[in-house]
Amino acid sequence: MSLKIITKRCKGCGICATFCPKQVLAVSEIEKIEVVNEEACINCGQCEMRCPDYAIFVEK
Amino acid sequence: MSYAELTEKYFRPGRLPHIWCPGCGHGITTGAIIKAIDGLGLDKNDVAVVSGIGCSSRASGYLDFNTVHSAHGRALPVATGVKLANPELNVIVCTGDGDCTAIGGNHLIHAARRNINVTVVLFNNNIYGMTGGQYSPMTPTGSKASTAPYRTIEQPFNITDLVQAAGATFVARGTTFHTAQLVDLIKKGIQHDGFSFIEVVSACPTSFGRANKCGSPGDMMKWQRDHAVMKLAWDKMDAEKQAEAKAAGKFPIGVLFETNAIKEYTKAYDEVIAIAQGGKK
Repeated sequence: MSLKIITKRCKGCGICATFCPKQVLAVSEIEKIEVVNEEACINCGQCEMRCPDYAIFVEK
Repeated sequence: MSYAELTEKYFRPGRLPHIWCPGCGHGITTGAIIKAIDGLGLDKNDVAVVSGIGCSSRASGYLDFNTVHSAHGRALPVATGVKLANPELNVIVCTGDGDCTAIGGNHLIHAARRNINVTVVLFNNNIYGMTGGQYSPMTPTGSKASTAPYRTIEQPFNITDLVQAAGATFVARGTTFHTAQLVDLIKKGIQHDGFSFIEVVSACPTSFGRANKCGSPGDMMKWQRDHAVMKLAWDKMDAEKQAEAKAAGKFPIGVLFETNAIKEYTKAYDEVIAIAQGGKK
């Protein structure tokens, strides 16, 4: 797993999903971010850089 | 050190998640501050973070440095006192547009005039978020707010020009979209020997965004991407093009002004102390 999501911190703003170039992420029904297409992740770090809640990190 | 490790190191244990609303840019700005401090290799004990009151000013409570969460608008007087008492400290002021430009407006211009070596990070979300979306001196003309349901008719401050005119010796503007540049600007501000002012164009999706139909938090970040123009490109435009860009809501980002020609306040004060103690007149 290259993406580490700290669900407790996520507020479901969807910024990471908006800027993900590969549509790896989506906001779930309970307004938390989830990985929907892990294989497509290219570890670009856009989600980590833009998350205002320190809730998603790319582990290399 | 990875960003995850930085948040472990520089945030007080157990303080996350923070209280900022979903999509609020303040978390990104606070992240940029800790990246800048870590990038400069400053010891936690050598940093003091001072804030006033408001959404932005919550930052001091989360960060694991010497911190003061002071009174509304009074972050700069407290920071001035901290810096004068211990000039070795790197004093960083986290303040919002309402805190800094309205109730603290007079403190801002006089701190700039004195050229005291503090770094002001202005979290500009164009609104009083915490108290319910009242318009601030940084709310753009024609925006809706809870105290301006039919649009505000007032002009916002051009705050970077204002602090420059007041005597600040380092003036910059960044956005929460351009995070790498923002870290760099805060670093330069901390390194600069004099009054440093960094306006951070942030987003308030809850109070400003909803009232003004700005779309999702992601859309508000895209707005920053589409309206910020790098200083170099901005300077290449002629006056007519700049006026057109301004009318379209665009603004320059980067280091807008920097000078080392004016003596820093605590250094000038030390000289006065030396004269006084030496018995000279």
